[in-house]
Amino acid sequence: MFDDSNIIAGLEIGTSKICVVVGEQNAEGLPNIIGLGQARSRGVRKGEIVNPEQVEEDLRAAVFEAEQMADVEIRRVYLGVSGGHIRGFNNRGVHPVVSADREISPDDVEDVVKNAKAINLPAENTIINHVRQHFYVDGQDGVTNPVGMLGARLEVDMHVIHGHANRLQNVIRLVRATSLEVDEIVFNGIATSLALLSGEQKELGALVIDIGGGTTEYVAYSDGIIRHSGVLAVGGDHVSNDLAYGLKVPLSRAEKLKLEHGTALPTEAAKGQTLSITNELGLELKRVNVGHLQRIMALRIEELFQLIAQDLEQAGLTDYLRAGVFICGGGSRVPGIVQLAENVFQMNVAAGHATAVSGLTTALDQPEFAAAIGLVKYGSLKNRRRAARPSLVSGLKGVFHKMLPRS
Amino acid sequence: MENQNHLFETTVAPGRPVVRIIAVGNAGDALLGALAPAEFAGAELVALNTDAAALAASVAPVKIHLENKLFRGLGSGGDPDRGRALAEEQFSTLKSACEGAHVVFILAGLGGGAGSGISPILAKAAHEAGSLVLAFVTLPFECEGNRREAQAQTALEQLKSAADGVICLPSQKIFKLIDENSTLIETFQVTGGFLIEGVRGVWSLLTRPGLIQVHFGDLCALLRDRHAENAFAFVETSGPGRAREAVEKILTHPLLDEGRALAESDAVLVSLSAGKDLTMAEINRVMEQVKRQCGHAQLVMGAAADAGLKEKLCVTVIAAKSNAPASSVTPRMENRNPSAGSAGHREATAARPRARRPGAKAVQTQLPLTIITKGRFDKSEPTLHRGEDLDVPTFIRRGIALN
Repeated sequence: MFDDSNIIAGLEIGTSKICVVVGEQNAEGLPNIIGLGQARSRGVRKGEIVNPEQVEEDLRAAVFEAEQMADVEIRRVYLGVSGGHIRGFNNRGVHPVVSADREISPDDVEDVVKNAKAINLPAENTIINHVRQHFYVDGQDGVTNPVGMLGARLEVDMHVIHGHANRLQNVIRLVRATSLEVDEIVFNGIATSLALLSGEQKELGALVIDIGGGTTEYVAYSDGIIRHSGVLAVGGDHVSNDLAYGLKVPLSRAEKLKLEHGTALPTEAAKGQTLSITNELGLELKRVNVGHLQRIMALRIEELFQLIAQDLEQAGLTDYLRAGVFICGGGSRVPGIVQLAENVFQMNVAAGHATAVSGLTTALDQPEFAAAIGLVKYGSLKNRRRAARPSLVSGLKGVFHKMLPRS
Repeated sequence: MENQNHLFETTVAPGRPVVRIIAVGNAGDALLGALAPAEFAGAELVALNTDAAALAASVAPVKIHLENKLFRGLGSGGDPDRGRALAEEQFSTLKSACEGAHVVFILAGLGGGAGSGISPILAKAAHEAGSLVLAFVTLPFECEGNRREAQAQTALEQLKSAADGVICLPSQKIFKLIDENSTLIETFQVTGGFLIEGVRGVWSLLTRPGLIQVHFGDLCALLRDRHAENAFAFVETSGPGRAREAVEKILTHPLLDEGRALAESDAVLVSLSAGKDLTMAEINRVMEQVKRQCGHAQLVMGAAADAGLKEKLCVTVIAAKSNAPASSVTPRMENRNPSAGSAGHREATAARPRARRPGAKAVQTQLPLTIITKGRFDKSEPTLHRGEDLDVPTFIRRGIALN
């Protein structure tokens, strides 16, 4: 068998599409995107699976396409997850340094991280990701690596993202059913920000908003670490649904109107203008007011941004996002959305592209693929960390693995 | 005063309106049968029906049979359209039946064929004949089914636009008054009894010479354009404490929702009649309590002395409510917690043999809600965010009108 350890695949099962991105890790450990597969998703609502059989079928199609393009066999994937049930919050772990010389050892770091992970979750929830933030040594802020420092009290902040265990299991089982192994599950918001943000931007502080079909994820960074994350189960589907309701047209037609005539900023010129909807024979079925269309759409998107802005305001992060806001996902294709976001957030806004990764420009340019590309990046970081400098845990793991070789 | 009274009593008829009571359909007929003819001396009773057999059994001196060969004498078969067609066909007959009357009372039970179909046309005919029209109708019990209910409602609307005044009694209200063991006949007697009390009240209002007159015009003005359910009550008391007793009876009257109807109404007519010994204090006592209950309603009051009543005091209350949503809550609250001034009322309710339900029934007000379908998210878990369902279109939740 040929070695495929440098092949990393990211899989995102979204509400509007399922996409698989294949990356190849080069000698320096940096991923290079070599393949892309996507299929229309038909069994997902608001980021959660409602029809597993349908999803399985679509998933196979997407994986097949990606395999064809990259000319590799995909065996394991990093799976992106989302859904309204996912929450993120910060937790602090405390550990007293007990050694005689008060020097902080790797064991102390291990313990404090363990303490920070010990949190009270609702019984049905499970942790998806936990991201270490900064250490505090005797109250001193901003310590990134305390090993070797002197102190009596070591603390660490941990950003914990958790979600409903059964719903997460559903996705994992489904992927396993297609004989793919799930390496790890990653919150889509984290994956997206990995693809979009450079280290400098994370350091400055940035907000990434991924507007998908059924959900919108957002992650805020500052000082190089994740400060806040969240999901709103509102996305492009809601815009279509609003239009279908407000303009009294079928959903499929609303979807089409959204793509063809949608905007996030109502224009004066559109006021009172009408569009005629014709059937396949060119006969007029209905006239739709363009002004209404634009207003309905703008209101929904504006509200979405307002909800996120409110949440960040409460988290006290608004003033720390100096690099601005990055929007990606299918929603970022709406004309005028950057302008609208600037109005709401009162800061620099840019439509994000997956700049933090190299490879196929066709894939990188599409804002919809940011999450899947980010998953590849996540995978490559994991691989690199595993290969380069084994931490104590993985080192220990390695020891055990050597002791108990897998036949 | 005494003198004037005497004068009125001896003068018969010329000032009095000619009243014709027309009963429509089987239910109307039954109501007519229950009227005590003695009390309605001077009124002309007419029965109008499509069912020949039922008409033959009627006690009314004048009978009008609306007939179409197609019906084969079987009546309108519960179909108001048939009744209406028939009535329109024989419009001239109806008109001539009403001619010469100043006032026409229409008695009918809505929901069936004849009552619902003919009554509105009859009202129109009477109107054209130059009479003032007042309809007394019952609405069907809920258990009689949706169709009858719908027919009754349609007929009521039509009647309201055709007649000068409509007093309607939803039979369902009677359920509160009858006990488990009441037979069907008893129930109908109770229903009819209430309606007849209403007729009697209005009748006496119009025919008894008044010290403080209530003209038919006042009555019509009160009922007109207030096309919701008009609540009415007629109480009769006697004895030394008759005024207080009358107030108690009014305030606990089931058809007035134990006084709540007064609080919700926006026009109330009160007519008192008693023997010659009617005192101003008595009138005052009754009116004061009624006024206290009805808050901001327009109040019309009439008083009459009638030697024939001897010791008795009769009070008729008609409360009209406009179609606008129920009035403010405040008067209702007053009603529930009577102030010190209305201590009599409290005693009265306590002394009343029929046990009052604990606590006044809360009135369900209606919010202007429309059901918003969530389209494709109808069956999925709602996206709740700070109490808002984000699946509902934003422009709807924010109440932004598109125009």
